[in-house]
Amino acid sequence: MSPLRRRLLFGAPLAVAAAGGAGFYTILRRMQDNKYDPHALPSPLIGKRPPAFTLPGAAGFQGFSNTDLLAPPKPMLVNWFASWCVPCLQEAGMLSVLARTGTTIWGINFEDTGPNLATYLAQNGNPYARIAADASGLTAINWGVYGVPETYVIDKTGIVRWRYAGALTLDVVKSTLDPMLKHYA
Amino acid sequence: MIPELGHFALALAVALAFAQGVIGIFAPGLRDARAMRAAPALALSHFLAISAAFLALIYAGVVSDFTVENVADFSSSQVPLIYRISGTWGNHDGSMVLWCFILSLCGATVAAFGHNLPASLRARVLGVLGLVSGGFLLFTLSVSDPFTRLWPPPLDGAGVNPILQDPGLAFHPPVLYTGYVGFSVAFAFAIAALIEGRIDAAWGRWVRPWALLSWCFLTSGIALGSWWSYYTLGWGGYWFWDPVENAALLPWLTGTALLHCAIVVEKREALKAWTVLLAIATFSLSLSGTFLVRSGILNSVHSFAAAPDQGLFILALLAVTIGGSLLLFAFRAPILAANGVYAPLSRESALVLNNIFLCSIAAVVFTGTLYPPFANLLFGIQLSVGAPFFNQTVLPLTAPLIIAMAVGPLLPWKRAALAPALQRLWLSAGVALVVFLCMTADRHVIAALGLGGGAWVVVSALVDLSERLRLFRVPLRSSLAHLAVLPRAAIGAAMGHIGFGVTVLGIAGMTLATQKVIVLQPGQSTQLGGYTWTLDGLHNAPGPNYEQHIADVTVSEGGHAFLTLHPSRRFFTAQKVVTNDAAIHTNGFQDIYAVFADEPAGGGAELRLNRHPMAPEIWFGGLIMALGGGISLSDRRLRVGAPSRARKTGPAPAQAAAE
Repeated sequence: MSPLRRRLLFGAPLAVAAAGGAGFYTILRRMQDNKYDPHALPSPLIGKRPPAFTLPGAAGFQGFSNTDLLAPPKPMLVNWFASWCVPCLQEAGMLSVLARTGTTIWGINFEDTGPNLATYLAQNGNPYARIAADASGLTAINWGVYGVPETYVIDKTGIVRWRYAGALTLDVVKSTLDPMLKHYA
Repeated sequence: MIPELGHFALALAVALAFAQGVIGIFAPGLRDARAMRAAPALALSHFLAISAAFLALIYAGVVSDFTVENVADFSSSQVPLIYRISGTWGNHDGSMVLWCFILSLCGATVAAFGHNLPASLRARVLGVLGLVSGGFLLFTLSVSDPFTRLWPPPLDGAGVNPILQDPGLAFHPPVLYTGYVGFSVAFAFAIAALIEGRIDAAWGRWVRPWALLSWCFLTSGIALGSWWSYYTLGWGGYWFWDPVENAALLPWLTGTALLHCAIVVEKREALKAWTVLLAIATFSLSLSGTFLVRSGILNSVHSFAAAPDQGLFILALLAVTIGGSLLLFAFRAPILAANGVYAPLSRESALVLNNIFLCSIAAVVFTGTLYPPFANLLFGIQLSVGAPFFNQTVLPLTAPLIIAMAVGPLLPWKRAALAPALQRLWLSAGVALVVFLCMTADRHVIAALGLGGGAWVVVSALVDLSERLRLFRVPLRSSLAHLAVLPRAAIGAAMGHIGFGVTVLGIAGMTLATQKVIVLQPGQSTQLGGYTWTLDGLHNAPGPNYEQHIADVTVSEGGHAFLTLHPSRRFFTAQKVVTNDAAIHTNGFQDIYAVFADEPAGGGAELRLNRHPMAPEIWFGGLIMALGGGISLSDRRLRVGAPSRARKTGPAPAQAAAE
C-alpha cells in the first residue's frame, strides 16, 4: 500500500464521524426550528394511492386489491388488525359504532390464521364489509404499517388522506376522523 | 442543605476533573515527574467529589425531599425505599450523575491499582479519562442539574413511572452504564498509546482485562434489559430492534471484537492499529448511543428525551471526544508497526475473520438505525426501518460467525492446518445435523438452522474443553488435575462461546412460540400449545402504592392440572396508570406466560397466553457469557501482568507464587 493510500485509509474513520456529526447537527437545528419531528409517525402514503397489492379474502369474506380502492362512492376506512393484538380488541367496539353509523370499513387481517380470525369476529362482532388476509405481512411493509391496529382514510379519488397508528378512541374519532370523513365526503 | 453540598461537590468535581485532564496529558511531555504523580491523586479526589454529589442525590431521594425538583418529579412518599433510591438514576439528570460517578470510579481504579504502569502512560490515561469526565460533568452541572430546587414544594411527588418500579430496572441502568463507561478505560489506553506512539504486548495485557470487565457488565446489562422488557411489557417479546437497544448492541459487537483482537496484540503484537481503532470505536459508540438517544434525534420508546439545546451541547462534547480521538488516530496510527507475522490459516486469521463478521453486523445495525433520520435529511423521504429489516440482514451474517466460532479456538497460533481442527469437530457437526434434521421434519427451517447452529457452538466448545482435559482418555481424577492447571482464560473463552450458543438456542426456540389472545369468563377454558388453560376466578388485592386485580389461571395437560398462574393488572393511583404484571412459570427449558390484558365490559378477563419453548436460554446464555468473562478475568496471566488485580483479590499473589 502506498503511503498516501495508507494515510487516506487511516483518515477514513474521521471522515465518517465528521459526516455523521454534521448530519446530526443539521437534524438538531431543524428540530429546534420545528421542521423535523423524529417522534412523528408520518405515513409515506399520505397524498398517494396505496401501492399495488392483491390479497385473498379471509373467513369467508371477499378479498380486495389496490384497484378496488381507486374510487369508493364515499370516503372509507382501511383497518389493519389481527386476532392476536390486544389494542385491536380495544378498538373493536369503536369500529362497530363507526360501521353502524354508515362508515365503510374494509379490513386487512395481518399475519393471522383463518380459524383465529373467525373466533375473533364471532366474539367481537364484525365491522368489516370486506376482509383481505396479508398472511405473509409483505403488503404491510409496502404500506409502511408500523404495527396493528392501524387505520387509513381513503377519499373518493382513492387517495390516502390520513393514517392513525394505534387503537381508535372516541376522542380521536370526534376530533379528527369525523371532520376528516365529512371534509372529503 | 444536603442538596447544596451535593451541588457544590459536583462543581468541585468539574474543576478536579479538568485539572486531572490537563495535568495528566501535558505533564509527561514536560517530563515533570511531580506533576505526573499528581494525576492519580487528582483522579481519586475527583472520584470522592462525585461520590459525595451522588450520595447527596440519593439522600434527597431517600428522605423524599420534595424541594428538589428531581425528587418531586420522579418519586413520591409512598414509593418503596429501593425505588426511591433507584429513582435517582431513573431520569435524565440523575442518570447523568450515575454515569459520571462510574466514569470517575474507573479513573480512580486505574489511579489506585496502576502502580506497575509506566508513570507517563498512567498519567496520560488518567488525563484522557479526566477530560472526558470533565466534559460530561460540565454538561450535567450547566444544563441538566439534578439539584435544582423547587419552591413552594409539592405535598407529594409525582411518583416513579410504574413501569420502572421493578427490581430488574433498578439494577439494569447501573450495570449497563458500567459496561458502557468501562470501555472508557480501553479508550483512554488507546489514546495514550497514540500519543506515546508505542504499543506492545504489555499494552494489550493492560487493556484486555478492562475490555473484558466492561464486556461482562455490558452483556449482563443487555440481558437484564431484555429480560425486563420480556416480563414487564407483557407481550412476550425480548428484543425489538429499538434504537436504544441497537445503541447497546453496537458497542457490544465492537467490544466483543476488541476483546478478541486484544488477544492478538498481547500474544503476537499484530493488529495494533485495528485494536486501537476498535477501542476508540467501542467507546465512541457507547457515548453516541447513550447521548444521541437522549437528544431526541432517534425515535424510540425509551423516553429520556432532553431539550434540543442539551442536544447541541452533547453533540459538541461528542465532536470533541470522538473527532479528536479519530484525528489523533489518523495522524499517529500509521506509525504503529506490526511485529508478528502469521499464515492465512491460523488463530490470528480466525480472529480477524471474527472481527470482520462482528464489525459487519455492527455496520448493518448502525446503518439501519441511522438510515431513517438521514434519509429524511438528505432525500426528504419518510421511512421507518424495523425488525423485518434487521432480522433479514443480521441473520445471514450471524450464520457464518456461528460456523467460524467453533473452528477458531481449535486453530494454533502462527500457522495451522485445517484437517486436525475439523477432525475434532465431527461430533459437533453430527449433533448439529441431527438437531437440524429433527426440526426440519416439522418444517421449521429458521428454528432448525438456529437450534442446529446453537448445538454446533455448544458441543464444539465442550469438545474443545474435554480435549484439553483429556477427558475419557485418562482417569477422571487426572482430568480434574488438568482442569486445575488449565489457564482460566481458556475455560472462560469456552464458557463465553457456550453461553453464546445457548443464547442462539434460546432465540431459535422462541421462533416456535405459540400465543393467543382470548376473553374467558370464570370457569371457561381454552387450548394452546397442547395445554388446557382455565380461568378459575378473579379477585382483588392491595399493593404498596397500587391496587391489583388478579386472574387465577390453571394450566393442565391431559386432565392433570400442574400449574396455577396469577397474572395481575396493577392500578397505580398516583399516576393513574395501569400496568399488566405477567405471570411466568419456567422450568428452565420453557416458559408458560400469561398476561391479564384487560377487563372487558361483558365481564371475565381478556388473557394473553403464550408458550415459549427455550425462552429462558436467551438470558441463561447471557449469564454464562458474563460468567465466562469473569473466569477469564481471574486468569493468572492477567493477575501477574497487572498486579493491580492481584492486590484487589487478596490471596492471589500467594497463589501465583505457588503456581
